[in-house]
Amino acid sequence: MIRRWNNSELLLLGGSAGSFKILFQIVKNLSPDLNKVVVIVIHRKKNFLSEIEQLFADHSKVRLKEIHDKDKIEKNTVFIAPANYHTLIEKDGHFGLDVSEALWFSRPSIDVTFESAADIYNDRCTGILFSGANQDGAEGMLRLRNAGSLTIVQDPAEAEMPEMPGAAIRINAVDYILKTNEIFKLLKK
Amino acid sequence: MDVSSQDLSSEQLTEIIGLVNKVYGFDFSYYSKASLKRRFSRIMMIKKWDIGDLRRILTSDPVFFQEFLEEVTVNVTEMFRDPSFYKTLYTQILPALSTYKHIKIWSAGCATGEEVFSLAILLKKAGLKEKSLIYGTDINNEVLKSAKKGVCSVRNLKTYAENYGLSGLGGSLADHFTSTNDLAVIQGDLKQNTLFSVHNLISDPVFNEFQLISCRNVFIYFETILQERILDLFYKSLCPGGFLCLGSKETIRSDIARNKFREINSKENIYQKIGS
Repeated sequence: MIRRWNNSELLLLGGSAGSFKILFQIVKNLSPDLNKVVVIVIHRKKNFLSEIEQLFADHSKVRLKEIHDKDKIEKNTVFIAPANYHTLIEKDGHFGLDVSEALWFSRPSIDVTFESAADIYNDRCTGILFSGANQDGAEGMLRLRNAGSLTIVQDPAEAEMPEMPGAAIRINAVDYILKTNEIFKLLKK
Repeated sequence: MDVSSQDLSSEQLTEIIGLVNKVYGFDFSYYSKASLKRRFSRIMMIKKWDIGDLRRILTSDPVFFQEFLEEVTVNVTEMFRDPSFYKTLYTQILPALSTYKHIKIWSAGCATGEEVFSLAILLKKAGLKEKSLIYGTDINNEVLKSAKKGVCSVRNLKTYAENYGLSGLGGSLADHFTSTNDLAVIQGDLKQNTLFSVHNLISDPVFNEFQLISCRNVFIYFETILQERILDLFYKSLCPGGFLCLGSKETIRSDIARNKFREINSKENIYQKIGS
């Protein structure tokens, strides 16, 4: 697991209800020389655009950016999927956005981002799915896993809302089920 | 269930793009590929087709192509999407537009017209409706037919009303609609100053001169090279000092285009034409 994590170029973090605190802690503790691209997809209301971004930016040692259309994908940067858009990864090293239909009532959808990451990065990703009240992300994790990427969920027993990691486990999309502190430990390596 | 795009490879995507261009003259070559791939896959999923079916039916059935076009081009839109944008237009841009004798506005890629009618309401509130004309264009005639009706579901109107409320413009969105059962119809006077027609941003020329062009969340579907070409079209379509509004996550990237447009509101992505 550690070797696959170290080989990953892209760290994908997905979460919904109950995931905010953990994601916040992760961003806060990320090393500035992580040498990976970090992409965070969190469900949230469409008209509250920049609160999360601001809060994360204030506490992060790593460069943090809300994704704009055709932004260049760069290492040592935490990219946050903007509210009310889907975030996609393009072959030419850029992000793309779209406003097509919500999935699981969610835009951004975790599935959309994780699946497009799997299409482009194949086995060079680590995807981690956290607490959430719906099944978004499970299909995306499956796609990542089938492409050879490392997939991890927060242990549903520890998640405030177990449905999201649970759904990924049910469809066999998960390599490792980890306790929150184990996830922290891994990301420090 | 999510759209599975796994079954469509990049080679197949390129092949379908080529086929559509050859048979129908619609060029998707410079569309953002990841998004386009999801659209193609979505059609295949809805129809339960494989790539062979899609290829065969696209070649032989022009009627299906209309449906294809409608599915591929994303037509998801809301009234008063990004409430703060409308607030900014109202407070910062409309006062500048009010000095013109006639105000011509182009909503480019208007889909089912929600932005056109949002703008109509805004102009009415500012007392500028009578001297304004809003052109809504799209490549897709089917969505324009729907736009011309000025009708939306009561359920959608509720969402739009939330957006409207957040814009802080005052009053209520429902005041501009007549509701019967499940449908809400925009009031007749707001339709008077609107005009809808087919226009392809990729291949059609300048067709009028405008004081304001709004093209929000359309560029996201295009690669940068195509965005640049369309920016040039917009430049030529604007009067001196005319305004260009892009989606809040869209950016003018090239130096050439940056020399043509001055950013006047970075948060809402509103630009002004430089020079004449």
